[in-house]
Amino acid sequence: MSVAYDEPEVGELLAPVPSENYLNCSHGFWSWAATVDHKRISIMYLVSVLSAFLLGGILALMIRMELWTPGRTIMDHDTYNHTFTLHGAVMTFLFIIPSIPAALGNFLLPVMIGAKDVAFPRMNLGSYYLWLGGALFLLAAIVLGGLDTGWTFYTPYSTTTNSSVITASMGVFILGFSSIFTGLNFIVTMHTMRPPWMTWFKLPLFLWAIYATSIIQVLATPVLGITLMLLIAERALGIGIFDPKLGGDPVLFQHFFWFYSHPAVYIMILPAMGVISELIAVFSRKPIFGYRFIAYSSLAIALLGFLVWGHHMFTSGQSRISAIVFSALTFTVSIPSAIKVFNWLATMYRGSILLVTPMCYALSFIFLFTIGGLTGLFLGALAVDVHLHDTYFVVAHFHYVMMGGTLVAFLGGLFYWWPKMTGRMYSETWGRIGCLGVFVAFNLTFFPQFIMGSRGMPRRYYNYPPQFQFYHQMSTVGSFLLGLSLCVVAGVLIHSLLRGRKAPANPWGAATLEWQTSSPPPLYNFDTDPVEVDPYDLESQVFDPLLGGYRLREFPARNHPDHDLASEPARV
Amino acid sequence: MILAEGGGSDNGSFWFPAPSSSNASQVDSLFNFILSLSAFFFVLIVGLMLIFVVRYRRRPGYVQAPASDHNNTLEILWSVIPGILTIFIFFRGFMGYLDMRTPPSETYEIKVNAKKWSWAFQYPNGYIDNDLHIPFNRPVKLTMTSEDVIHSLFIPAFRTKMDIVPGRYTSMWFDATRTGEFPLLCAEYCGTKHSEMLANVVVHPSGEFEKWLEQASNLLATLPPVEAGKILFTRRGCAQCHTIDGSARTGPSFKGTFGTKQSLTDGSSIEMDENYIRESILEPLKKVRAGYRPVMPSYKGQLKDPEIDAIIEFIKSLK
Repeated sequence: MSVAYDEPEVGELLAPVPSENYLNCSHGFWSWAATVDHKRISIMYLVSVLSAFLLGGILALMIRMELWTPGRTIMDHDTYNHTFTLHGAVMTFLFIIPSIPAALGNFLLPVMIGAKDVAFPRMNLGSYYLWLGGALFLLAAIVLGGLDTGWTFYTPYSTTTNSSVITASMGVFILGFSSIFTGLNFIVTMHTMRPPWMTWFKLPLFLWAIYATSIIQVLATPVLGITLMLLIAERALGIGIFDPKLGGDPVLFQHFFWFYSHPAVYIMILPAMGVISELIAVFSRKPIFGYRFIAYSSLAIALLGFLVWGHHMFTSGQSRISAIVFSALTFTVSIPSAIKVFNWLATMYRGSILLVTPMCYALSFIFLFTIGGLTGLFLGALAVDVHLHDTYFVVAHFHYVMMGGTLVAFLGGLFYWWPKMTGRMYSETWGRIGCLGVFVAFNLTFFPQFIMGSRGMPRRYYNYPPQFQFYHQMSTVGSFLLGLSLCVVAGVLIHSLLRGRKAPANPWGAATLEWQTSSPPPLYNFDTDPVEVDPYDLESQVFDPLLGGYRLREFPARNHPDHDLASEPARV
Repeated sequence: MILAEGGGSDNGSFWFPAPSSSNASQVDSLFNFILSLSAFFFVLIVGLMLIFVVRYRRRPGYVQAPASDHNNTLEILWSVIPGILTIFIFFRGFMGYLDMRTPPSETYEIKVNAKKWSWAFQYPNGYIDNDLHIPFNRPVKLTMTSEDVIHSLFIPAFRTKMDIVPGRYTSMWFDATRTGEFPLLCAEYCGTKHSEMLANVVVHPSGEFEKWLEQASNLLATLPPVEAGKILFTRRGCAQCHTIDGSARTGPSFKGTFGTKQSLTDGSSIEMDENYIRESILEPLKKVRAGYRPVMPSYKGQLKDPEIDAIIEFIKSLK
C-alpha cells in the first residue's frame, strides 16, 4: 500500500512553504563563518565531524589492509603505529566526542525547548573555532613527524618517543576547551531558556541525555587538559611528573588520563542513548516507557561514570584494593544501561512499529549495544580481565559500544532529523539498504575480534602469529564492506540534498517541539510560539494527507473518538 | 584442574588456548558463566525485539492496543535482578583475582627484565635467557621491571598478564599444569617492534628443568667463544635490531664490518674494534653510527665480561 507522502505533489501544493529559512536567509562565506545561529553552527560542525570521520575511516581501512597478512602487507612497523594512533585520536577527539552533542545537539536543543538560540551564541561559535583549531593542531602533528603513542599517550613512552607529542597534545587540549564551551552553553540554556510550562520532566529524553553529557564535559575535561599540560611540561622542560627517570610515576599518568577518558566514554554513549529513546518512542507510536527511570539513569551513568576509571588499569600495577573497588563500582554502572534497554523494549511492546530508516538504526543499536554492554561484564570481572586486558577482545568491545552504539545512533539521529535540518526527504529504500549494510558489515568486522582476543591476540600488533590470520581476514573483509555501506549511506544523503522531495514540518508524527516548526526552521526557529505538548503524547499528532505529514490535533488527543490508525501511513 | 605432562600441543577450545596453569580453569569457568548469562540476555532482548517488530508493525488494519507507559514493579525488578547477577559476577571475579595475585609461600623465583623489544629472564644462579623456562607443576614467581617504557607480560595459555613498569617492581605467579611450549607476548604498546617482543614459555617435565638450567648456564664453559657468542647474540636480543646478513634494521648489520672505519652521527669516524663494540654494548648512546637513531638500550650489568667477549668474537667472525 502506498499512501500520502509517497505522492509529493499533494504535500508540496498545499503545505505552507515559508519563504525564508535559516539556510536561505543570508548568503556568502561570512554569513556562515561568522554566524551565531546555532543551526548553522550545527551544520558546520556536522560537515566538519563527518570529514574527520572520513579521515579516521580511511586510517581504519589502512590498518585493516595492513593486517591482511602477518608481517608487512602495505606499510612498515612505524607507519602502522602512527596509523592506529591517528585513527584512535581522530575518531575519539574529532569525531565521536563532538558528533551527537555538537552536531545534532546544537541544532536541536534550542528548537526542542522552543527557544531562539542557545544561551551564549557567540561562545557557541567560539567552541566551533576551537574545534577547528584543535583539529588543525592534530593534523599538523600528522605532518610534523606523526604520532605513535596510541591515543592514550601513556608515559614514559610518550615522553621519550620522537614523534610530535607536544603538537598533538596541544590539539587535544584545545579540543577539550571546545567541549567544555559546548557543555557549559547547553547547561545554561537548559536551565534558563525553557518555556515556563516545560518542567524538567517534560523535557525530551534526548535533552536529559545531553544535559548529563554536558555535566561530564564540564567536570571531566579540565582534568585531561591539566594532564596533557603536565605531559608537555615533562617533555619540553624535563619536569619529572610521570617519567621514573626524572623521579615521576608512570601509573599516575594512567590515573589522570582515565579520570577523564572513562567519563568521556559516557560523553560518547549517553547522547546516543538519548537519540535512541526518541526514535523508539516515535516509531513505536507510544509514549516512552518509564520516562523517569530513563531520565534518572542518564544522570546515574554520568555520576557513576566518574568512579570507575581504574577498571582500565587492572593489570597496571595499581594496588589490589583499588582494583577490587573499581571492579565493584564498574558493575554498578552496568545497571542503568540495562534499565534503558529494557525500557526501550517495553516501549515497543504493543506499539505500532514503523520500520523506516531511523528505526532500523535504532533496532541495530539495541542489537549492537547489547553485545557491547554484555561483553563489558567480562572485562569488569577481575579474573577474566587479567586475561582479556589489552587484547582484541577489548578492541571489539569498545567498537561495539562506540561504533555499533554511538555511530549507529548518530546515523539514526541524522536520518531522523535530516528532514528538519535540510528540508529534504531521502530514499527510504536506499536508506534501509545502507543501514542493513552497515549492520551486517559491522558484525563481520568486529565479532571475529572477540574470538581472536580471548585466544590471546594482543591489540596494537603490527605482526601476529599465523593462527590469527583467518580472523584478521574476516575482519578486513568486513571493514571494507563497512566502508562501502557507509558510502551508500553518504550517497543517500547527498542524493537527498540534490534531488530529495521537500519535507513536511512533521514527517514522523513526533510530538517534540522541533516538529512544530517548518522544515527547515526559520532563522529564529518558530514563526509563532510553539504549543504546549507532552513530548511523548504521540496521539496529539494526526496525519494530514494535505500536508503530507503530521499536525497537531485540535482536540485533546488521547482516546479521541476520531482517532483511527488505519488512516495513518502503514509504511513510507 | 588438568595436569598433563607432555600435552602442550593441544589446540584448546573455540574461545581459548588449552588451559595450562592452575588458575586458568577458574578464569575459563567464570568466562563461560558470563558467556551463558550474556547469551541468555542477548537472546531475550533481541528475541523480544524481533517478536515485537513482527507482531506490532504498523500495517493496514492493525489496531494498536492500549498499553501502560510505566510500571514501577517491573522496572524495579529489571534493575534488581541484573544487579544481583552482577554482584555474583563481581564476587567470582574478585575471588579468582585474589588467587591469581597471591603467590603461595614456596615459589621458584625468576627475575624479568623487559626492554624495547626483548625479554631477559634471570634465574637464581644468575644465568639469563630470553625464553622463560620453568618447571612443571611448581609455583613460579616472576619479579619484573622495565628499563625503558611500560611493557606487559602476557601468557595466554596461563590466562595471566601483568604490566612491567619502569622504576618499580611488579610481580606475578603461576603454576604450569601442562608441559610444552607456549607463547609469551608483550601486551602493552611499547613502540616500533611491540608486536615482535615475543618469547616462549618452555615448561620442562618434572626433573628436567634443573638439568636444562645447569647445561644452559655453562654455555661459555662448554662451547667455543664464537659459538657461545652466536647463541648470546640471538638469545639476549641483539638480533632484534642487528642482522648478520648485511641488511640494516633498527641498528646496523655486523656483516664484514669488524675492523672497518665507520662514521658517527657527530661527523667523526671510528674504527670498529673490540673497544668500540664493548663501549657500544655498555653505553650505546655515546657514539652512534651515522644514519641510525640513538635507541639502543644499555646492557650494563646484564652481560658479564666473558659474555661480551664471546659476542665480540662472534662479530669478528662475520666476514
